[in-house]
Amino acid sequence: MEFTIFILALPLLSFLVLALAGMKMPHKVAGTIGTVSLAAVAVLSYTAAALYFGGGRGADGLFPTLMPYNFVWLPLTDNLHIDMGIMLDPISVMMLIVISTVSLMVHIYSFGYMKGEKGFQRYYAFLSLFTFSMLGLVVATNIFQMYVFWELVGVSSYLLIGFYYTKKAAIAASKKAFIVTRFADLFFLVGILFYGYYAGTFSFTPDAMLLASAGAVIPVALGLMFIGGAGKSAMFPLHIWLPDAMEGPTPVSALIHAATMVVAGVYLVARMFPLFIGYASEVLHIVAYIGAFTALYAAVVACAQTDIKRVLAFSTISQIAFMMVALGVCTSDDPHDGGLGYMASMFHLFTHAMFKGLLFLGAGSIIHAVHSNERDHMGGLRKYMPVTHITFLIACLAIAGIPPFSGFFSKDEILTACYNYSLVMGVFMSGVAALTAFYMFRLYYLIFWGNSYYESQLVQYEKGRLSEKPHAPHEAPFAMLLPLIILAVVSTLAGFIPFGEFVSSNGHAYTIHLDTAVAVSSIILAVSAIAVATAMYAKARSRVVLTVKVQGRKFLIAAYHRFYMDELWLFVTKKIIFRGISRPIAWFDKHVIDGTMDLLGKGAQRLSYSIRRLQSGNIQSYSIYFLHGVMILALILIFLV
Amino acid sequence: MIPAEYYLVLAALMFFIGVFGFFTRRNLLAMLISTELILNAVDINFAVFNAYYYPEHLEGFFFTLFAIGIAAAETAVAIAIILNVYRNLRTIRLKSIKNLKF
Repeated sequence: MEFTIFILALPLLSFLVLALAGMKMPHKVAGTIGTVSLAAVAVLSYTAAALYFGGGRGADGLFPTLMPYNFVWLPLTDNLHIDMGIMLDPISVMMLIVISTVSLMVHIYSFGYMKGEKGFQRYYAFLSLFTFSMLGLVVATNIFQMYVFWELVGVSSYLLIGFYYTKKAAIAASKKAFIVTRFADLFFLVGILFYGYYAGTFSFTPDAMLLASAGAVIPVALGLMFIGGAGKSAMFPLHIWLPDAMEGPTPVSALIHAATMVVAGVYLVARMFPLFIGYASEVLHIVAYIGAFTALYAAVVACAQTDIKRVLAFSTISQIAFMMVALGVCTSDDPHDGGLGYMASMFHLFTHAMFKGLLFLGAGSIIHAVHSNERDHMGGLRKYMPVTHITFLIACLAIAGIPPFSGFFSKDEILTACYNYSLVMGVFMSGVAALTAFYMFRLYYLIFWGNSYYESQLVQYEKGRLSEKPHAPHEAPFAMLLPLIILAVVSTLAGFIPFGEFVSSNGHAYTIHLDTAVAVSSIILAVSAIAVATAMYAKARSRVVLTVKVQGRKFLIAAYHRFYMDELWLFVTKKIIFRGISRPIAWFDKHVIDGTMDLLGKGAQRLSYSIRRLQSGNIQSYSIYFLHGVMILALILIFLV
Repeated sequence: MIPAEYYLVLAALMFFIGVFGFFTRRNLLAMLISTELILNAVDINFAVFNAYYYPEHLEGFFFTLFAIGIAAAETAVAIAIILNVYRNLRTIRLKSIKNLKF
């Protein structure tokens, strides 16, 4: 499996080439370099997966953990060293497939979406950098390598969100994303250091001996690491950066803020799962509760947003929270007995990456057509964009959990895991799943059904009220449709992958079987939620919507403003932290520390001003001082000594 | 034999004449001469103390010889400085040399 080094080397190389020489290339060449190297990465990843899973299980019934490369980078002590390398195990191979697939789709799609944009080459360079860092993150052999690539991922995300750097909102969003995730990463780093110090290793699978000596610190370290994961994966209350990150180009949102980077936190928890289960199961349950709350919160907010990308952003938060919940409700590492959630989470990660990537790319194609993110500027688009319409519908069905689309299977496993944990958790998550179906179909109807904004504008134009003739929405070019179609096919079929055969909590093969009661109830819930959405939004200006709007006005406004979480954060940072802590510290620094130094400097200056008169340039006065000095010394010597 | 006190009084007179001259003269060369007086007064003291009180030792004479040598070197340096001052400022009057101050 030595060839896996190229999976990392190719995107890095393409980044370097594009970053150093890209601006001199024509757009097509730069895009082709990025896309071809990514295609090669995808082929290599598929080959690696085929060889890995095709290689069969070892005698112990597990897929072997391979490390084709692992060298000591920074030796700290004999046991404690930071390594760099490549590790292949079921989840990292699965992630390789997810990342290379979605990234390749995004690369192809961007040919159409970003056509003629200024900075096209820079865009592809950043995409390559991001892909490199994300791939490095998933194949990390130890927690510290993961952290290094984790930060690289953060930087490339920052660069891509701020791609339109002349737009104020984009700059603010990129800074917000960077600061919030960086703040969370601080806890991650502290967790790693705790872990490294007390357990004496950075390995994912340390000796039981080492861990026993670390004792009670392990849950703390894991909890801190989870905070880092919660930052990247946008868990409440660190989710505030993700909706704003939608300021980046839409394909970037599809790649980073929907399919790959934001699941890094889930991947982290999955990576540390043996430790969580073995030493800190209570922390794991906290993860579940945070996830459950986030899922509900984001789903409710998603129902009230008008910007289609924001709806998708909150839907992403909610779905990632589903994955977190699935991991959190695990009570053992046996998939037959309380460990189902691990498999369910990874399965959902896989299917979600596909259908959420599809949703974002579809949204990009709509935005490309109508030049707006606002749902008011859409409506009735199904006639104009048939392919986008069908693929978007497939993705909506997948996320809503309608069989046979992929989301049904993975979500069903998650719900089963939740019911196994506790009835309350199961019912709660079923409710959130129904809400998911509702807001996704609300979005779908608002975009594709109802009154066409274009047609109403056209009528206005014909009446002579508009000076310019509105543009008719048009179907996207082929470069954009191809990824949509491919992802739609994958989203439809991915549910039939016998996922448990490849990935499960203890590594042994697990045959997925649907729990009839859970499956039937969740289908009924999803269908009825879709029915409600149909009744409310399929026709323009339905009476139900108006009633709801009037009845729940305050609630809707609060949900539209995301329950004022951003304002709360601003209040905490600006009013409490800045004013209460930073200002006094700044004052102390300015007046006490700087003041002391100034005093020393100014004092010396004053003193020298006052005694410089002595330096008169008159030799005789110098010699008189000298004489006086000698005489005083002589008197002292004569009379006192 | 001339008593030692005579020499000492002479040396003291020379010394204070030198000091007085050094503080009151306004001419660099005159100040240099005053310094020579001070040095010579000290030399006399060394020689007298050695000759009258410790005739079996020679340290005092040696110091005298040293002081004479150093005085010669010092005079050479001082005159060189004075010459340079004169070349730059066209005077060796002390009042007009005010450049070496704050």
